[in-house]
Amino acid sequence: MSSEIASAYQQLKETSQSRWTDLIQGDKPVIMVGTATCGRAAGALDVLESIRKTLGDDHQDIPVLEVGCIGHCYAEPLVIIAKPGGEYPPLLYGYVTPEIAQLLVRDYVFGEDPSLEFLLGAMETNELLPSMNDLPRSTYEHYIILENCGRIDPDNIDHYIATGGYGALAKSLQMQPENVVEEIKKSGLRGRGGAGFSTGAKWQICRDSESDYKYIICNADEGDPGAFMDRAILESDPHSLIEGIVIAAYAAGTQEGYVYIRAEYPLAVQRVTKAIEQARQSNLLGDNIVGSNFSFDISVFQGSGAFVCGEETALIASIEGRAGMPHHRPPFPAVNGLHGKPTIINNVKTLASVPRIIDRGADWFSGIGLNATKGTTVFALAGKITNTGLTEVPMGTTLRDVIFEIGGGIPEGRQFKAVQIGGPSGGCLPESALDLPIDFDSLRDAGAMMGSGGMVILNEDDCMVDVARYFLEFTQNESCGKCTVCRLGTKQMLNMLDDITKGEAKLEDLVTLEQLAHDIKAGSLCNLGKTAPNPVLTTLRYFRDEYEAHIHDKHCPARRCYNLMAYYILPEKCQRSCDACVGTCTVEAIYQGKTGIKVIDQDKCVKCNTCVEACPPQYNAITRISPLSELPEAMPPMEKK
Amino acid sequence: MTDFPPEITKEEMGKVSLFLSNINSTFSKERSNLIPILQEAQNRIGYLPHEAMLGIAEFLDIPDIDVYSVVTFYNQFRLNPPGKHSIRVCMGTACHVGGGTVIMDAWKRRLGIDKRQTTPDREFDLDTVACVGCCAMAPVTVIDEEVQGKISPTRVDGILLGYQIERKKESQSS
Repeated sequence: MSSEIASAYQQLKETSQSRWTDLIQGDKPVIMVGTATCGRAAGALDVLESIRKTLGDDHQDIPVLEVGCIGHCYAEPLVIIAKPGGEYPPLLYGYVTPEIAQLLVRDYVFGEDPSLEFLLGAMETNELLPSMNDLPRSTYEHYIILENCGRIDPDNIDHYIATGGYGALAKSLQMQPENVVEEIKKSGLRGRGGAGFSTGAKWQICRDSESDYKYIICNADEGDPGAFMDRAILESDPHSLIEGIVIAAYAAGTQEGYVYIRAEYPLAVQRVTKAIEQARQSNLLGDNIVGSNFSFDISVFQGSGAFVCGEETALIASIEGRAGMPHHRPPFPAVNGLHGKPTIINNVKTLASVPRIIDRGADWFSGIGLNATKGTTVFALAGKITNTGLTEVPMGTTLRDVIFEIGGGIPEGRQFKAVQIGGPSGGCLPESALDLPIDFDSLRDAGAMMGSGGMVILNEDDCMVDVARYFLEFTQNESCGKCTVCRLGTKQMLNMLDDITKGEAKLEDLVTLEQLAHDIKAGSLCNLGKTAPNPVLTTLRYFRDEYEAHIHDKHCPARRCYNLMAYYILPEKCQRSCDACVGTCTVEAIYQGKTGIKVIDQDKCVKCNTCVEACPPQYNAITRISPLSELPEAMPPMEKK
Repeated sequence: MTDFPPEITKEEMGKVSLFLSNINSTFSKERSNLIPILQEAQNRIGYLPHEAMLGIAEFLDIPDIDVYSVVTFYNQFRLNPPGKHSIRVCMGTACHVGGGTVIMDAWKRRLGIDKRQTTPDREFDLDTVACVGCCAMAPVTVIDEEVQGKISPTRVDGILLGYQIERKKESQSS
């Protein structure tokens, strides 16, 4: 049996390799454009069109590939140009516009000038040019889960197979399923969905459960606002995920699989569906996979926009066609899950790690990271940070290194205030917690949570009460309504926070708020309710003074809270002859005062910040004022002659 | 939820009947098909009118209320007819700290409608979305599946102006 699988895979690989080299044609240049959703938002499709147009009919043979997200979202749209046999290694260009793309094609693809002024870095270490590996951040990073993202064509299975893809599946199929489970256990892989349960142990439980039929579900319902790494993997490297699912299915003895993707990710749905179709055609899914006697297939299920469906029992209810309400565990899904059958539910990142572990061995994987938590973790950096995008670091890296060394710190010379980690279930950590080595347990002790790994960085302009209110509004909206404390308790907490941000609360309310938070934690069935108060509790723990300022002085220290602040034009800085703010004000709330300087009509102002951006930096005359009692009296309008 | 959904038009009713008569060939009568059926119905009809929900309940042989409960549970399903262009304002964390509410206010002000409503001329409908995963481009608005990054209140005006000019051209050419 074993030799049959090996030869079947060998044949598959050779076919793919020859098809892939036919497409790439050895000596021809190759152009790759990052067209994941983030790239598209930055205009990658226009860049793509411009490249195709510049190539024209005469150069249709030069392959232009649409790849996924390489993680450097701040520099989107990104283009990679490789000229085999040329002087330079593949080069990565950032901030590409359609015009720059045209220039790159003319000067570098047709000509010999690599247009270094637009270069971000070379893709490989070399002696001529600095490469992406030479960036200081790369000393902290370790790419395992994301290693293919943005480097291979997600729509072409041949590219994945030609670079050794599905080799781990062939290897697993030649092993006994128990040994595959053993290998994953030995590697120390823990679920990357947030809870950190041992993946191998979960598979073992499912394997040991007696049943005629078993399921595996990949949880790609990435609901945490601020997290986008799963989307990047689904869009950039769907085959790694599919390979991981098939290996898990074989190890745990399941017959049918689902990928549960949220409907807000249309491109991810499209790319995964296509990848599954291609895998089927190559006999990597379906009956007798690569010549073995193991049969298995996957279908895509689209979630319909309910955050609670990221909770595994709610997710199952959703696939069964019911409203996504969680139920009590145990029994755990690994024993009694979808349609009452044992079901494994693993996160995208967990499953995408599996092929690498099988390929390179458990010892290699367990050599990375910490004792308690092996391997790497992916973070999505967003908010007030220079290098927004994705990064992957070994467990145990400190938050400070991630934010300041990899993320490049806070832009515009602002001060770091807090990092919100783990989405609505997580918390806000202040400067003093930044030296914490990242791990499931350390973050939990600090009051936050790893969650899916979304990191939103906040600076001095962000109000912590407002952030806590934002998350609570989110969970309150998404509460499924099953447990009373969650349904009504979060609503009460939200009302109290509303009062605080309006300056209408009393100091005693903070005590009630804290009490209620603990009650909700204790009385909720699922993790949505159990973790919903976390953003409030962490901000109360680390930023209590801000709450007190709102209550005592009706002062929002960040001057953010709508009801506690106002925009004001400083008369001494305003320039009489300049009309920039008047022209841009979206509600015509700015008029010319008696002395000729501009004045904001507070009754009309909607506080949209447009005038601040319009005010020329040399004047910088518009400021926010809080509390409202400090707002000077408005100057009457200029008299018309 | 907003006001009671408006009465179904003849054209929409035709789409509903067509969908219900073909439902047999695409889906089997299993309860677990409910969400995929609803998604498909919304794709075809644009929203989920009363008549469609009743038909789907009958097809799956489940109580009407079960269909209604699923439809109202998930954010994706809508009971109101869509506008010609759908506007989804991202309310993710990064968009929030980047001024997402300000952007939402700008859309509301310019379109004169609230969240989950459609303009009277059925040109635009407005809603929020939890997070589209383009946090690096915050604040984000998705217009007809196309993600627009780094939105400001003035860009809201600009985008709407673009549609206005387009409509003017169309009416002139026709």
